[in-house]
Amino acid sequence: MPPWTLPALGAALIALAMLTDARLALILAVWFGAWALNAVLANRVAVSGLRLIVPLIFGVTLLVLWELSVRLYDISFVILPAPSAIWARMVTETDILWADFRQTILKGALAGYILGCGGAFLAALAVDRSGFLQRGLLPVGNFIAALPIVGTAPIFVMWFGFGWQSKSAVVVAMVFFPMLVNCVQGLKASDAMQRDLMQTYAASYGQTLMKLRLPSALPFIFNGLKICTTLALIGAIVAEFFGSPTVGMGFRIKIEMGRLAMDMVWAEIAVAALAGSGFYGLVALVERRLTFWHPSQRRG
Amino acid sequence: MSAVADMAPSRGARAFGAVSGAVLPVLTVVLAIVAIWYAASVMMNRAWTLDQIQRQDLEMTTMEIVAATMTQERPVLPAPHQVFAEIWNTTVGEPVMRERRGEMQGNPRNLLFHAYHTLWPTLLGFLIGTFLGILLAVGIVHSRAMDMSVMPWAIASQTIPILAIAPIIVVVVSNLPALNNAVSAGIISEDTKLLVPKALISAYLSFFPVVVGMVAGLRSPRVMDLDLMRTWSASRGQTFWKLRLPASVPFLFTSLKVSIAAALVGTIVAELPTGARFGLGARLLTGSYYGQTIQIWSALFMAAICAAALVILLGVLEKFTLKRMGAQA
Repeated sequence: MPPWTLPALGAALIALAMLTDARLALILAVWFGAWALNAVLANRVAVSGLRLIVPLIFGVTLLVLWELSVRLYDISFVILPAPSAIWARMVTETDILWADFRQTILKGALAGYILGCGGAFLAALAVDRSGFLQRGLLPVGNFIAALPIVGTAPIFVMWFGFGWQSKSAVVVAMVFFPMLVNCVQGLKASDAMQRDLMQTYAASYGQTLMKLRLPSALPFIFNGLKICTTLALIGAIVAEFFGSPTVGMGFRIKIEMGRLAMDMVWAEIAVAALAGSGFYGLVALVERRLTFWHPSQRRG
Repeated sequence: MSAVADMAPSRGARAFGAVSGAVLPVLTVVLAIVAIWYAASVMMNRAWTLDQIQRQDLEMTTMEIVAATMTQERPVLPAPHQVFAEIWNTTVGEPVMRERRGEMQGNPRNLLFHAYHTLWPTLLGFLIGTFLGILLAVGIVHSRAMDMSVMPWAIASQTIPILAIAPIIVVVVSNLPALNNAVSAGIISEDTKLLVPKALISAYLSFFPVVVGMVAGLRSPRVMDLDLMRTWSASRGQTFWKLRLPASVPFLFTSLKVSIAAALVGTIVAELPTGARFGLGARLLTGSYYGQTIQIWSALFMAAICAAALVILLGVLEKFTLKRMGAQA
């Protein structure tokens, strides 16, 4: 394929769209323009900050296209509000959004995340001492991790009431097994040779754990922690659908959906997405700090 | 396990070693879970039984109290056998079809009927998600621009709680002119239209593992192999079909197993805020409205059985495919 194929194809497509619908041509032009910019940027290897700029351009392009299509095609507010409308709502309703964020993320999800992941880690340490338990728990844990645990939400809401405690309980149930499986696998990750070496140093169980096995388990542990960030958010928000106080992101989405205030629903989604990405990014950042030696963290 | 397998000479003996090495511990763990469950259900249901005894001025021995905790109609935590009895009664004990308004229709009292209504969108969503995921992965591997711009957003897309966008997808999809035209033209039925949003939501959850797995898989050929293709002056297309794609198959199956479990979660979650009348998620919701704990647990177990069946099915398919491709076990 000669290098001019794609640009020529894009131009032809835009011209074709121009004949039928000028609005479509504009949208296509924005899309191909941004894409060409990204393609040029991505192939320049040595520019610093490129890893940030390219995805940013892509994200901004998506937002611009969204706004453009909503305005040009007069898409109904109920179906899809424009990003500008959502942003306006986010600015005016900051108090409510903050209260919901605190209730769902800081109380429900975070408490459950810490309890669930911490508990799973301790359980993995306990299981680790017995090979028999390990062989039994790994398949069972893997199996349970694949089950739709979200379904326990109504049960926990019945047991622990409408407050954030029941949301935390759901989160604990959701994150426990994925975390346990990852921790147990991680604790097995060190080589037999390395463990033998520790034995020749007459290292105690605690010393071997702290100096060899935990560090070599870290990539697995962080893998589990990263998976659990999204699970925690899903669990906390889903549980609110089965009963909640009059605050919380799941509650707000349910209520505002009923009132067809779609801009508010999207504002909550934006907050959830930001919180989720931030949470994930934070864990990834800590991982990069602690497991800088692992091949997957090397920067090419 | 590997030590046993290495020493065993014949294939049968090796298989036996693997089985006996895993089955006993797994059984022990499962039995322990069941025992803890029974103990917990006695503990949690006791308060209600004791309360009843006091109100009715009865005298009961400890054994009778324990037995009474396991026969309640709305226990806090139903005992395992109660859940299994409920599952049995609502699958085998109910007719699958029943006559209504002169025609045979699915029987909503049958749990299999609800499982069917959840499994269909799950499979449809899984297919859509897998297709899109593979497409994205191929693009990401071949275009640097796509790798840098799409991958971070694919990760970000998974941090959006799916339940939040479920109602929106339902509203948008059910208002799509194309879909409504198709319904009025008789191309698809009204039931199929209700299935589309659920399938889209499960596709949203299931595409991501496929993208991650396929990108890793398509990049898994070693530099040596890629260089060999170059010395044969193979085109990009040839390298893709003859080297990259076959090399990615084991990765694909691993991520398919994750993604079908995610697709099932997606469908169940999609049924919650959308007021679905049929499906395992709807069953959970009605159970929680009316305090029918046994119904909730049976729906939960049905979902678990579905998930296990799907994952096992993919596992069999994986074994078969890899064997046909000549992989060593």
